[in-house]
Amino acid sequence: MKKDQLPPVKVRIEGLSFYYDGVVKALKDIDLDILDRRVTTLIGPSGCGKSTLLRVLNRIYDLYPNQKAEGKVLIDGQNILEGAGNISTLRAKVGMVFQRPTPFPLSIYENIAFPLRLYARLSRNEIDEMVETALQKAALWNEVKDKLHKSGLGLSGGQQQRLCIARAIAIRPEILLLDEPASALDPISTAQIDELVRELRNDFCVVMVTHNLQQAARIGDYTGLMYLGELIEFSETDAIFTNPKHKRTQDYITGRFG
Amino acid sequence: MKPDPGLVLRRTVVNRIAIGLFLGATLLAVAVLVLILGKLVFAGVSAFSIAIFTQGTPAPGGTGGLLNAIIGSAAMTLVAILLATPIAVLAGTYLAEYGRRSQLGNVVRFLNDTLLSAPSIIIGLFVYGVMVVPAGHFSGWAGAAALALIALPVIVRTTEDMLRLIPDSLREAAVALGCPYWRMIVSIAWRAARSGILTGILLAVARISGETAPLLFTALNNQFISVDMNAPTASLPVVIFQFAMSPYRDWQNLAWAGALLITFSVLLLNIVARTIVSRGSR
Repeated sequence: MKKDQLPPVKVRIEGLSFYYDGVVKALKDIDLDILDRRVTTLIGPSGCGKSTLLRVLNRIYDLYPNQKAEGKVLIDGQNILEGAGNISTLRAKVGMVFQRPTPFPLSIYENIAFPLRLYARLSRNEIDEMVETALQKAALWNEVKDKLHKSGLGLSGGQQQRLCIARAIAIRPEILLLDEPASALDPISTAQIDELVRELRNDFCVVMVTHNLQQAARIGDYTGLMYLGELIEFSETDAIFTNPKHKRTQDYITGRFG
Repeated sequence: MKPDPGLVLRRTVVNRIAIGLFLGATLLAVAVLVLILGKLVFAGVSAFSIAIFTQGTPAPGGTGGLLNAIIGSAAMTLVAILLATPIAVLAGTYLAEYGRRSQLGNVVRFLNDTLLSAPSIIIGLFVYGVMVVPAGHFSGWAGAAALALIALPVIVRTTEDMLRLIPDSLREAAVALGCPYWRMIVSIAWRAARSGILTGILLAVARISGETAPLLFTALNNQFISVDMNAPTASLPVVIFQFAMSPYRDWQNLAWAGALLITFSVLLLNIVARTIVSRGSR
């Protein structure tokens, strides 16, 4: 693919540092451009800061008063770390799926209708339609269409995770953050999620944290390796796995540390 | 390595003795309970009759039932729970959702635990001081207020505990969708903790329906069937206390019947609470 055909930069991170309790520096001066309509994967050993980086992008860390980010995170050119923007608007634009499936204690239908109702006054028909669309995009519709009003907690782990993806994309965000979305799932469910992420790439800017190197290699367009809060290397996924520039990257992907 | 036969034998013997001691202690504890329940059922059932539910407490030597006490207990318990529940659920929610690490949260939690273990007679005296003395008379309202003060910390505590059992990832999932924190609590957290919170309320009902001391100073007693909460009000525990201490045989029998009634009501409430919990966790 030629340079001039690349999609635009969706997220530009400049000099981002992150602190726990004001002293522990979990991210050190990160610079990174994330492209729209591509899958960007972040890999690295536990505690390297990859999940922390993800949690900055929708400011979910705001929940915890002892956590603080410094630097710039520009989404469509706007710095989200500056308080001016509305946090709900940001989160409508940046969806997130977590490591463990987190279905709400509601019916399958209500799990998806819940975020929809947060943002718009919708008729029953409109909601019905949007719920179906979201479930279809998340490749779950055929499995649940006859039990939409049963509890979401009754689904299998893999189904629950796809329900969470459906819930996240139902409000049509532009960016989708996936924090090890398949690490709690069996291989078959993992394969389904991988396939789904490849599909989602057509509509969203996807940023995914993963422990699983094969997963990163399979579905990432771009991959970054993080280590001790630093972004060691970032480039196209093929390049990272076949021709790493940095020794640490080489060691990590060959299993010599991590 | 071959185990030393002497060591193996010694362990087996020690193990037997330990099991024997544990079993003995358990049986002792259960035996006491069985004795109490046995005596209660034996004495209570023979005093039980339909009149318990249709007539008020009699004069010594007369015939009667416990209807005034049943009505009084039910009314005061109901009012107490209606008073305590909203405050306690909101306070417990504050502690679990907003006050987890805050100074105010810690202070409130400590005070609540103190109230939880405060002797109930002190609570009765307090309500006597602030409600009965100014009003100039005992009343069902004062009794209900005292019971509410006893129920309050129980419900605060269970609400906080149940909300804390919800994983933070569920909160984050809602917040990540752009949901305001308060709305997450109302729509997600309360719903997830619903059965636990309800159980806490039922356990509080069970707890206050057997309280005697706080009612002696507040609602006192009333030998007539009455639904006027502004007047002194009868209650099962106080009637049991009064009748059991009396020298009259028929009063003592009614006390047994009342004790049986309370015990089985509380047992029933506990069973209902447990059923709700096991349903909620499925």
